[in-house]
Amino acid sequence: MRIKSSLENYILVLPALLIFSVFYIIPFIWVFQLSLFDWDGILPVKTFVALANFKEILFQDSSWWQAMRNAGYITLVALTFQNALAFLLALACDRQIRMKNFYRVVFFIPPILSEIVVGMVWRFIINDVDGANIINRFFYGIGMPQLAHNWLTDPDIALTTVAIVHSWKGFGWGFLIFLAGLQTIPRELYEAARVDGANAWGCFKKITFPSMVPVIVLVAILTILGTMQAFALILGLVGGEFAGHTSVPVLRILSVMRDSSRFGYACAQGLSFGVILVVISFIQYRLSKRYRQR
Amino acid sequence: MKSLIYYKTKKITLDLLTHLFLFSIAVTCLYPLLWMVASSFKTQETIFSDISLIPKKFHFENYYFALSESDFGRYLLNSVFYTVAVVIAIVIIASMAAYAFSRLRFPGRNIIFAVFIAAMMIPIPGSFVALFVLLNKLHLRDTPLGYILCMINVGLSMSIFLLKTFFDTMPRELEDAARIDGCSKIGIWRHVALPLAKPVLAVVVVLNALNVWNEYVLALVIFDNKNLMPLQRALMIFQGEFLTNYPLLMAGLTVTALPIIIVYLLMQKYIVKGVTSGALFG
Repeated sequence: MRIKSSLENYILVLPALLIFSVFYIIPFIWVFQLSLFDWDGILPVKTFVALANFKEILFQDSSWWQAMRNAGYITLVALTFQNALAFLLALACDRQIRMKNFYRVVFFIPPILSEIVVGMVWRFIINDVDGANIINRFFYGIGMPQLAHNWLTDPDIALTTVAIVHSWKGFGWGFLIFLAGLQTIPRELYEAARVDGANAWGCFKKITFPSMVPVIVLVAILTILGTMQAFALILGLVGGEFAGHTSVPVLRILSVMRDSSRFGYACAQGLSFGVILVVISFIQYRLSKRYRQR
Repeated sequence: MKSLIYYKTKKITLDLLTHLFLFSIAVTCLYPLLWMVASSFKTQETIFSDISLIPKKFHFENYYFALSESDFGRYLLNSVFYTVAVVIAIVIIASMAAYAFSRLRFPGRNIIFAVFIAAMMIPIPGSFVALFVLLNKLHLRDTPLGYILCMINVGLSMSIFLLKTFFDTMPRELEDAARIDGCSKIGIWRHVALPLAKPVLAVVVVLNALNVWNEYVLALVIFDNKNLMPLQRALMIFQGEFLTNYPLLMAGLTVTALPIIIVYLLMQKYIVKGVTSGALFG
């Protein structure tokens, strides 16, 4: 009776378990396995190369590290500019003002759009070759043509353009989480502080900021994980002909797999990248825990 | 009296500045999208010269051409099909599993659940390489079924997590009553748990629908056959083929973005709930 009941219970989990095992667990194990081989993805022969792929990533693959630096740069912009903007907007919306709902709805429109759509629309707006380049028109219009640039083709600027468009797409998401966090802070705390003679800045420093630290850390972790792995936005924005100066790790993995047919090497790249991401988010998690214990 | 006026002016100035700040950012959010829609009604000749947001003449033929002549209608149908199929499958599979994890006893229950949750947290950026190999072996690559199964897996962990959290808080009395009436476990899941979970199911539906509609990398790796591609993938190809026909491209972008914006405006309560419960990763 007991066994029969257990079997019956398994039936409910079985479909989920089956799909999960085949499409998550098996690929997960294969990434580890394949990273030790040299394989073109088609031939039945795989050559075992031990850790040679990882050695190549570490010491020879300059385009991989260039891509890592690029993603790091975009992430840095997202962590500072994008999240600061999100936080300021959340603070502004947390005040008793009208049209709060309108702002909240509008700010979250960019995050629900796909990276491809956002990239293509912005490409069309800011590019010279196949766009209207409204920004340059504006600079010409106000008589400051020296500010006009080739936003997407100039190697010195393209990455910053990508980072800013990425921030445009992402800030609404941080805004929403920050706002939800701010709304959980009890209003009585502020009233008590006011009675004690605290000014606005004092309230922020002693109440708002300390209670928001866990939320800020959560948003920071998710920003890092999301931004480091972003790539479709760049495809839409810069197009298929992405050169080294806007390449990011996932684009490198895709290129190694599809253009160079080096499946083992692509897995090794993905694996080392994944390890770095897990380590970063773990460190950040620990730091926030220490902060909260203080 | 004087201080009252002082405080009032201070509050009004502060409110004005706040609105100025919020409003300028809101305009920055909306402008590119209005520009996209406006451009989709212009012609190749006027699209760069007439940069106003309201075109002088509306050219609806861009949409006609995009949807009928250039196969964009097919991609739209593909996207709708994939989204509906994946969402329905996830709702059934995830709610069954979540109910079992929350209410039923079986060996290994907690370990299996922990693995599902861990999968939600650990990023494996190279997994699409292995998925490509796997689908090739199963002869599922370049098939709708292969793509649908992969996308079900993508949304499964998060959906199970959301639903289990809900089922944990559900009162047991109704289930007990159903059991006494001779309802089977699957019957209780179907007739008691599912109807009660409607608000959470709405969150699961909306988040997964957005996710499938906007997905790109798996569509890139899995599909070679143009006739099977969803919108996002087709857009990139579309851009290559019609790179010079901007109004057409803008019509294609509008067709891709508009359904998601409409769904968002109708269901934003649920999206906000899903995001703020920390469930939306990335």
